[in-house]
Amino acid sequence: MAGYLILLYVDEAAYAAGADGTGDGALFAAHQKFAAEHGDALRGGAQLAPSATATAVRGQGSAPTWSAADDAVVTDGPFFETKEALGGFYLIDAPDLDAALAIARDVPAPFGGVEVRPVIYP
Amino acid sequence: MISADAALADAHRHEWGPVLAATVRVTRDLDLAEECVQEAYAQALVAWRAEGVPARPGAWLTTAARRRATDRLRHADVAARALPLLVTDEAVDATPGDTGDTDLLALVFTCCHPALAEPARVALTLRLLGGLTTAEIAKAFLVGEATMAARITRAKKKIATARVPYRVPGPAELPERLDAVLTVVHLVLTTGHTAPDGEALVRRDLVDRALDLARLLRARFPADPAVAGLLALVLLTDARREARTGPDGGLVLLADQDRSRWDGSLIAEGTLLAREAMARSRPDTVSRYALLAAIAAVHAEAPSAAATDWAEIVGLYDVLLVRWPSPVVALNRAVAVGFADGPAAGLDALEPLTAEPRLASYHYLAAARAKFLRLLGRDDEAAIAASEALLLAGNAVERAFLAQRGGS
Repeated sequence: MAGYLILLYVDEAAYAAGADGTGDGALFAAHQKFAAEHGDALRGGAQLAPSATATAVRGQGSAPTWSAADDAVVTDGPFFETKEALGGFYLIDAPDLDAALAIARDVPAPFGGVEVRPVIYP
Repeated sequence: MISADAALADAHRHEWGPVLAATVRVTRDLDLAEECVQEAYAQALVAWRAEGVPARPGAWLTTAARRRATDRLRHADVAARALPLLVTDEAVDATPGDTGDTDLLALVFTCCHPALAEPARVALTLRLLGGLTTAEIAKAFLVGEATMAARITRAKKKIATARVPYRVPGPAELPERLDAVLTVVHLVLTTGHTAPDGEALVRRDLVDRALDLARLLRARFPADPAVAGLLALVLLTDARREARTGPDGGLVLLADQDRSRWDGSLIAEGTLLAREAMARSRPDTVSRYALLAAIAAVHAEAPSAAATDWAEIVGLYDVLLVRWPSPVVALNRAVAVGFADGPAAGLDALEPLTAEPRLASYHYLAAARAKFLRLLGRDDEAAIAASEALLLAGNAVERAFLAQRGGS
């Protein structure tokens, strides 16, 4: 068994507009249904607050010890400014990519799409 | 008595994919399997020269490669492999030797997985299934050898790390996955049919690989109309191979080809398949390969260019344009209109395409305009269009043809 992170990318403007129209409740229910259907594979997941609430920290640590340095810099905003921002994630177990993609297809993501990334477990 | 070297060349062309696929089943590592297969071919050269060609060269090579793989796997250094093992279905492992086609198809679907970029799918297919070297593939697609090597390495790494399974997909995924495979085979065919660069018009090695793959898919998916259409298209395209170049290697257009040099048995098989593909298709879901094959079949059955049913061809292009809208399809349709309704109608049909940016560097558009302008007696404009076509053509045989026609 292997791990995959399903990253939900969302057009935040469309989400804000769409959520007003359709009600956030229906989308939330769709995610609950997804979670119930794939409960065996799910290892975790969460919705993230909008990217405008993000704070970036850069410059921690360097070779050879990689331990945290004193000169890390805190800035406002997300790491990357993109039209489609990370809006949530699911961590799943799946035997292979095809199985992971079958689950990813079921993720409700009407305002964007998802990216499936293999997780490296030591 | 076939010589060892000839037998080996033949085995390289036809058996590389099956031997590698069976070896991957043992190694579960593409690089290691490739090394073992290369060593098996080297071993065969010596053994076959000394002891004669075995009755079943493919089986001999598979046994040799798998034995090397088993030996290599016993050594400790393999434990320190760079990439994770491929994901395989253990159940198939139980009956080694009987799984040839399943292994081969698993390799096809792995190479053509939609998680890989399309150029990488084509490159992997030609290398792992066709046994082409990285240098040969790089040349066929006009990229540097280092770029192509990096592309192949990246794709192999993704297959292992993301755990792209070594398996024929199940019914739910099959339609989408099969379409991805057909796209790759079609790309191999078109690249081979008119090599984008180089001295020869046709890359036989590529067309042969496309034919092998199409036959493999047909054997496994006999009821699929898109598969039937693609095999028909390969056969009908290949049937004209000998007539496409003259004695001096120069290009001969379809209209001017000596149709007695077309391969009658390939045409018979291809036409039958094309008809089957269309009969099995619904108009709203008909595949582009069935349509392209049907067009090729109309050409193949015509006794001459003048006696071709051009109205039928225009009709098929109309459907193709709906199912598969592309500027190149629109261009081919416009040319067919010119044959069906005269050069003025053809020129009119080409006119809107001259503003299409994706055709701006496509020499067939300028060549088609030159032809219709010449037929209309507008020689000065024809000469300008002809020199434009010459400027844009990359293949030496095509360039020579265009130069000759522009001057006449």
